[in-house]
Amino acid sequence: MSWGDRRAVARRADLGRVMVIATFTLLSVAFFRLQVTGSDRYRVQSEENRLRPVPIPAPRGLITDRHGAVLAENVPGYSVSLHAMSALSLGTTLDRLSPILRTDSVERELILERYRLTPSEPVLVRRNATFDVVSALEELRPWNPGLVIESDPKRRYPFSSTTAHLVGYVGQVSEEELRLGSHPGARLGTLVGRDGIEQFYDAELRGRDGVKYVEVDAMNRTVRDAGIESTLEPEPGRTIRTTIDLELQRFVESTFPPGRRGAVVAMDPRSGEVLALYSAPSFDPNVLVGGVDPTEWQRLAASQDFPLFNRAIQARYPPASPFKLAIAAMALRRGIVTFDSRMTVPCRGGFQYYNRYFRCWRVEGHGSVTLAEAIQYSCDVYFYQLGLKLGLTGLLQDGTALGFGSRSGIDLPSETEPIFPSSTEYYNRRYGPRNWTSAVTLNLAIGQGEDAQTLVNVVRFYGMLAGPHGTTTAPHLVATRQGQQHTLGLSDRDLADLRASLVAVVDRGTAVAAQIVDLRIAGKTGTAQNPHGPDHGWFVAFAPADDPEIVVGAIVEFAEHGSRVAPVVTRIIARYLLGADAVKPRGGEYRLETPADSAPEPIPILPDTALLRGPGRDTVGRAR
Amino acid sequence: MRGRTLDSALPLWSVLLVGLGLILLYSAGVTDVPSAASEIWKRQALWVGVGLVVAVFAFRVSPRILEWVTPAVYVGAVLLLALTLIIGTGAGTASGAKSWLAIGGRRLGQPAELAKLATVLMLARHLGPKREPPSTLTQLLPSLVIVGVPFMLVGLQPDLGSALVFVGLLFAMLFWAGVNHWLLLLLASPFLSLLMAFSTLSWGVWIVVLTIVLLWVRPYVVEGLVVWLVNLAMGLLALELWGRLAPYQQNRLLSFLNPEIDPRATGWHIIQSKVAIGSGGILGKGLTEGTQKRLAFLPEQHTDFVFSVLGEELGFLGVLASLTLFALLILSLIRISQRAVDPFSSLAVAGVCGILLTHIFVNVGMTVGIMPIVGIPLPFLSYGGSFLLVCFLALGLSARVAFEARHSGYTP
Repeated sequence: MSWGDRRAVARRADLGRVMVIATFTLLSVAFFRLQVTGSDRYRVQSEENRLRPVPIPAPRGLITDRHGAVLAENVPGYSVSLHAMSALSLGTTLDRLSPILRTDSVERELILERYRLTPSEPVLVRRNATFDVVSALEELRPWNPGLVIESDPKRRYPFSSTTAHLVGYVGQVSEEELRLGSHPGARLGTLVGRDGIEQFYDAELRGRDGVKYVEVDAMNRTVRDAGIESTLEPEPGRTIRTTIDLELQRFVESTFPPGRRGAVVAMDPRSGEVLALYSAPSFDPNVLVGGVDPTEWQRLAASQDFPLFNRAIQARYPPASPFKLAIAAMALRRGIVTFDSRMTVPCRGGFQYYNRYFRCWRVEGHGSVTLAEAIQYSCDVYFYQLGLKLGLTGLLQDGTALGFGSRSGIDLPSETEPIFPSSTEYYNRRYGPRNWTSAVTLNLAIGQGEDAQTLVNVVRFYGMLAGPHGTTTAPHLVATRQGQQHTLGLSDRDLADLRASLVAVVDRGTAVAAQIVDLRIAGKTGTAQNPHGPDHGWFVAFAPADDPEIVVGAIVEFAEHGSRVAPVVTRIIARYLLGADAVKPRGGEYRLETPADSAPEPIPILPDTALLRGPGRDTVGRAR
Repeated sequence: MRGRTLDSALPLWSVLLVGLGLILLYSAGVTDVPSAASEIWKRQALWVGVGLVVAVFAFRVSPRILEWVTPAVYVGAVLLLALTLIIGTGAGTASGAKSWLAIGGRRLGQPAELAKLATVLMLARHLGPKREPPSTLTQLLPSLVIVGVPFMLVGLQPDLGSALVFVGLLFAMLFWAGVNHWLLLLLASPFLSLLMAFSTLSWGVWIVVLTIVLLWVRPYVVEGLVVWLVNLAMGLLALELWGRLAPYQQNRLLSFLNPEIDPRATGWHIIQSKVAIGSGGILGKGLTEGTQKRLAFLPEQHTDFVFSVLGEELGFLGVLASLTLFALLILSLIRISQRAVDPFSSLAVAGVCGILLTHIFVNVGMTVGIMPIVGIPLPFLSYGGSFLLVCFLALGLSARVAFEARHSGYTP
């Protein structure tokens, strides 16, 4: 090197110093940009790194009966979640824990799928873990640092199948529902109502989740709570107090014919409050809470009896004889008949209408009867003629006005809409304008034909019969619900006469077996034609007849006739009005006696237009 | 009197930096989650003790003896590097590389660190005796070979950071030896060509600029042609070379250009380091209080990213203070180099300057994202025995050079 030239060396040294200072200045500027200019942005980012919002689930509201007995409650439980850096590491952790968690391959896929949706949050692995599982997992924590075990209250239904259709159950919100936003405020893993009151009043019951912030490390593991001042407390769900009388509900379950399908609805006609609502067969909602065991679900869904089906609100049956009261009410309101009116053609076991013969259920006939007697003996021939007097248009118009064409409006989800034509347009649309005759009126007059009602809607109608001045409120399960008012529009006198004729049904008519000495019960039996087997039995009753406090409707599938059902209903009424000591759930004194009074099968309207044009024949009637 | 101030400046800045290093390493170990760095400062303190002995030893050795043993040291270092390539093991983020020499599973050290100093000494011994600095590319060839051999060996490990240091020390020493600046530019041109090759347009512009420079400087025709052709080849080979890089090196370079490509994997280091430094603000979060570090968002907080801890906890003021300390250290080394009584010593200290400056610029630069992430320690602050010992060795040597100059009675 040119060591001798000191000036050149000094020049290079100065140049070197300038370069060093330039280098450090450059670095300082870079730090200035990060730490002074960009500091706010990076401070936010570092807080976002550090703090994670963790939802605090709001405790779900309780569901109680009218006296405060708890029908749905929360019991301590644990949920197991996992933090993972990748789907791969989650998979290996799951495999390692599977002897304890007993996850199958389907579940494993579901968990991995959930993880991919929100990889930064702990993924729920097992809900409702038992204490044993949780303590076994705790022992493995050192090898599985991403393990998150949280207390997670479990929903429990102490009365299990007794209130299953009424209360419903809860299940995890699905991703589909989250995407559609059908449950505001819900997040992945939130339990939402799936049926019954749990579903209908879900928004109130769910409350609002709170949020707290926790400090997490780079692996997303919680290190500590970030402090109380950043915590938003959850808003607990409201307690829903239903109008159900738990004692009555339990009695209904115990008195319902074992092994039978059907439903019972009990209502206070004065307020529309539902006192009991039961559908058989029932199921244990506790097994459906949270994650449903697939085999259990399979068993419930595939069962021949469809236990998840709520027969009180979802099943439609031909209303049959109980509908005759509606025809009577319509005729009375229009002033067509009085209680003493007789029809032109007395009952000789059937009624000839043009070329067809419509039978009465009693082959020997009832003779010439008044309206009161016709109701008492359920005489079909009388009501055929009454229907014709009303006329099809009037019948459809009044029936629709009485609410037979619309849902009862009970505060339960998925109530089925009844079938009832609102006008003759219905027939034109369905059969074509020239392909039907006014003979359909005869079928409608005895509650057959194009008429299918849910039990709850029939009970609503009988609520009008039983309610003060023929008025009732739409059935509801929560007292604060504003139900629609329904009025029969009859004078108090007519109403009293109608009730008296219904009392006669129980005392002397088709439901003799239902008598209870201390009570004046008014009710109506019915036999709904069932093309698939034995007929379904109806009985709708209310008591005390002078000032009714309870309306009870029951349908029992394959019960042959309503009078088989009648004792069930009267026992429920007695249990409610007279107390627990008055009746045993099932006793010898209520032996069932089957009168031979099956109602006639509906006359087929179609496709038998040839009959209308052909020579008069009376071949139409019961095949059996 | 001037000699006395000269003598005390170097130890003073060094001691302050070493002290700062120990404090930072203590803080790096204070985390909320289990960390490998928890008690690391104690081991570093042990290394500092060993380093002081080494520094005193280096101070006692005359530059004459050093000059005499240099070839042996250089050859030994090169052989160690070759050995490392065969039996070396990896560690830390570069676990795929072979950069450590280990016996029976116990890691002894990184020969690359020693090779840096050996190369400086060898280059000083080569350039020192020359009356005139090399004035043609042909005359630069021996220097290129001296640096090129360890450079290649380190590059093959592969250790991109250390390879970069060899380039840094080469240019620092050639510059100090008085090589023409244009010649240095021509020497650097293949590397620049390589960088420019990532865009066809920039590379085309570069070739035009190079042609003009060649016509201006007018080296020998053959040399000029060789430079031009090498540049051309580099541009064409860029893709091939890129393909030869290990995937993690490619990813690091890519995430340097855009850290958000993959924020949870390759971009993680740079993003979290910037967040740590940026969130420190002017005054910092306080010593040991950095959340990025405590919660393990900041990777390698005791080695490559120790300066991010400083930025997060001591803020911009702490950064300025420590950068100033580093600058003062380098400046005092330049002063020593300038006042050295013989060219070998002077060039050796200049080489030390080159090593330190490259380390500081690359390491600190990568924490703020102006340099790609190449694993390279920060002198005196990063945890690591080999490099710390080499630093102390270099300091002892430099102090001896300053001592010689003071006692020679000759003050230029």
